[in-house]
Amino acid sequence: MIEQFLGHSAYFFIVILLLIGMYGMLFKKNLIKKLIGMNILQSSIILFYVVSAYKWNATVPVLDPRLGEPIPMQYINPLPHTLMLTAIVVSVATTGVALALIVVLYKRYHTLDEDELLERMK
Amino acid sequence: MIWEHFPALIPISLLLGALISAPLGIWKRFVSYPIALTAVGISFTSAIVALIYVLNEGSYSYHLGGWFPPIGIEYVIDPLSSFVVLIVVGVGFFVMIYSHRSLQDELSMKEVQFHAVALLYLAGLSGMVVTGDLFNLYVFLEIASLSAYALVAVGEKRATFSAFRYLMLGTIGASFYLLGLGYLYLVTGSLNMADIAKIIPMLHENTLVAVALALMVVGIGLKMALFPLHLWLPDAYTYAPSVGSAYLAPIGTKVSAYVLIRILFTVFQPHYVEEVFPITTIIVWLSATGIIVGSIMAIAQKELKRMLAYSSVAQIGYIGLGIGLANPLGFIGAVLHILNHAMMKAALFLVSGNLRYRFGSTDISHFNQKMRIAMPWTSAVFAVASLSMIGIPPTAGFFSKWYLVLGSIDSGNWFFVVVIALSSLLNAVYFFRVLEKMYLVRQAEHVSLDADKSFHKEFKVKEAPISMLIPTLIFGAAVIVLGLLNALIVNNIIKIAIPNGL
Repeated sequence: MIEQFLGHSAYFFIVILLLIGMYGMLFKKNLIKKLIGMNILQSSIILFYVVSAYKWNATVPVLDPRLGEPIPMQYINPLPHTLMLTAIVVSVATTGVALALIVVLYKRYHTLDEDELLERMK
Repeated sequence: MIWEHFPALIPISLLLGALISAPLGIWKRFVSYPIALTAVGISFTSAIVALIYVLNEGSYSYHLGGWFPPIGIEYVIDPLSSFVVLIVVGVGFFVMIYSHRSLQDELSMKEVQFHAVALLYLAGLSGMVVTGDLFNLYVFLEIASLSAYALVAVGEKRATFSAFRYLMLGTIGASFYLLGLGYLYLVTGSLNMADIAKIIPMLHENTLVAVALALMVVGIGLKMALFPLHLWLPDAYTYAPSVGSAYLAPIGTKVSAYVLIRILFTVFQPHYVEEVFPITTIIVWLSATGIIVGSIMAIAQKELKRMLAYSSVAQIGYIGLGIGLANPLGFIGAVLHILNHAMMKAALFLVSGNLRYRFGSTDISHFNQKMRIAMPWTSAVFAVASLSMIGIPPTAGFFSKWYLVLGSIDSGNWFFVVVIALSSLLNAVYFFRVLEKMYLVRQAEHVSLDADKSFHKEFKVKEAPISMLIPTLIFGAAVIVLGLLNALIVNNIIKIAIPNGL
């Protein structure tokens, strides 16, 4: 059990981050806090991919002639990293849209509290 | 020459259209609409070519940039994807025609941006359908979702908050999908659907695969508004502008349903999702609950768009039921219902847009005979689409329900037959309530309704403008024509699309 934890400790922290993010999104009343929760959730998934690409005793994925014949085990997997570049762009765009919505809501109702907002919208 | 590239042309002409029409539209307002319409037109033509090609020559795989799969991104045009993508851009094309006048009325200053966002939305959806790569699908999913949030947010006052809520839940859905995809990538080392499908049978005992499937189904279920993950849907559809809901309701959730079909039956394959990890059983029961709950909630609504939104929850339940039954007849029912429901919902939301255009409100309590006299064609389309929603032959809605009933009987589960019959009755309750007000109120009561001053503002009561009326009539006619031609569609397209091993 403890060995399992030590070998995969990064994943446990990622799960904790994921849960913190979900908690923020679903239970916080302030819209900005919800947005921060969303960013934590997205970051946790980005970290999950990045960690999954890691290999012990491997180098950056640039072909190095000094290492001789290319062996996949010598290089970390570059694909998850490139995928996450796209995911980061997506998460920035989502944050942008969310912030724009929050600005409109604040201008219109002068509050960011969810309950207050629902009250004033009636 | 260029037609070799038709699978890529479907989403890319839409993306380019969005990129060109927005800056040019800011420079000269009137050029944005023709450019947007041309872009959807090219995409629509490519989708028709794709469908004809598939029916004559068989499936087609397009390698983006000349990179061969599984390394490169692949666009797959097979009977199922070409069928669904044609629905998506077809509905998009006619709603685009409709949107011109309606937007001038509701959102006159934001017309240019709205067309650009709508094009991005259609690009995202059509890309989700044609792609054969799971990560590419995620990117298109986010393009479609982000523009869907914008389409909702420009609506009436409360729309901003419903868009924010939609964004939160939608992001959770997309994140779950991405996480599930991460698990799947860890065990299979591939992102290509066909490639993963080859590897999955060797990994039936692996728990990571089961976790990946569960996460992806939850993520897509949220996007698809599968009960009980539908909470974002009613507010978003109600407060979006008329054109916005006409874009969102007929195709938005259907494409997610298509993705669910792809993931369950193409990537994981029927044996795995039915026996090794029976997730289809969960989907079928949730859908059956959703059908009943959605229908009951629809009866309780006083506003037409909100009623239609809840009825969407029920209708998504039908599609989920067909998918979850996981037998050929259920599959036919689900895919046919994707088509039929797109036509019916498009017709109904366009009708509600027409009513808003002329009357300024769609409260059901304000409906009366005057509407029918003033707008005979709009009312006729509403009546036809309602009958189809209830499932009265020969309208299209009857036939997809028929296949779903046959599928339920085939799987030996009579309870679902009862659910479908019961929900048809509930549908009849909430649609006849409206139809009665429009068609069956007596003359004497009609006069007393006339006295209702709040309803008689300074408007000229007449039929909707021709550019709005024609798309509405096309969808109304499609409901009947597709009903009559259903055997043709089922035999020539959907039966070929049934996945192996179902």
